[in-house]
Amino acid sequence: MKAVIVVFPGTNRERDMAIALERATGIKPVMLFHREGELPAGTDLVVLPGGFSYGDYLRCGAMAAQSPVMGAVKRFAERGGHVLGVCNGFQILCEAGLLPGALLRNASLRFLSMDCHMRVERAGTPFTAHWQQGAVFRAPMAHGDGNWFGDDETHARLVGEGLVAFRYCTPEGQVTPEANRNGARDNIAGILSPNLRVCGLMPHPEDLVDPLMGGEDGLPMFTSLVESLATA
Amino acid sequence: MKARVYVMPKAGVLDPQGKAIGHALEGLGFTGLGEVRAGKVIELELAETDPAKAKAQAEEMARRLLANTVIESFRVEVA
Repeated sequence: MKAVIVVFPGTNRERDMAIALERATGIKPVMLFHREGELPAGTDLVVLPGGFSYGDYLRCGAMAAQSPVMGAVKRFAERGGHVLGVCNGFQILCEAGLLPGALLRNASLRFLSMDCHMRVERAGTPFTAHWQQGAVFRAPMAHGDGNWFGDDETHARLVGEGLVAFRYCTPEGQVTPEANRNGARDNIAGILSPNLRVCGLMPHPEDLVDPLMGGEDGLPMFTSLVESLATA
Repeated sequence: MKARVYVMPKAGVLDPQGKAIGHALEGLGFTGLGEVRAGKVIELELAETDPAKAKAQAEEMARRLLANTVIESFRVEVA
């Protein structure tokens, strides 16, 4: 699996992402700067990592969504390419129109830096194949604008078509308002495109992929991708 | 020409900033305060001298970048 990590000015989680991808694939991912207008030949997966691209000016991810490399990422996604966006990467995917909705300021107005739990709402996708439906896993989160919002129509479509990938839940797997720390609509932590090949989520599965990090809860996402893309 | 783009959270979209400002104003003793909404104003200097064209240009800028129409509405004034 040839993975490409896109680096914008202000991206700061690209090294964590590289560790997770290398652990799952055994191959170092390519780091691609935002000015590039094309992806490397043979790219299987594009990852937009976390950070504060362009200082979060205007809106989180708004500037990055307009950068040259995102034109290439959009064309890649339109051809059926796999794209993962985590945290700021999720915000960029929404701003670029590759995923629906937007990430608002956390309802509490606080920057949230803590572990959260998520329930797998759609197993069997390239991103979730190695989890059971309803599985609960832990991931760190660190964001000020993670409050996913979609209007009634968008929300109904996502739910109806099974495109909600993850919901915030308690460690026991209960989807409650208390577990929804950023105030996201319907506890939505991560969503999928209709072809299931673009996924965005706010928490950081790449930061729990090794016992030295305190757990391997996030590893199934990356091993799922490796297996799905090997057979794609 | 100068164009001013007013960007506001859409009705029905949670505006935690506006809420916090409202709470702070109540904390200062202001009473009779209803809903508070916070947006932003972006001023643009445009080479265009025709007001209608300048407005159209600023609106296009708002649609493409300055506002996210999923969550925000905008209004343009030219002068």
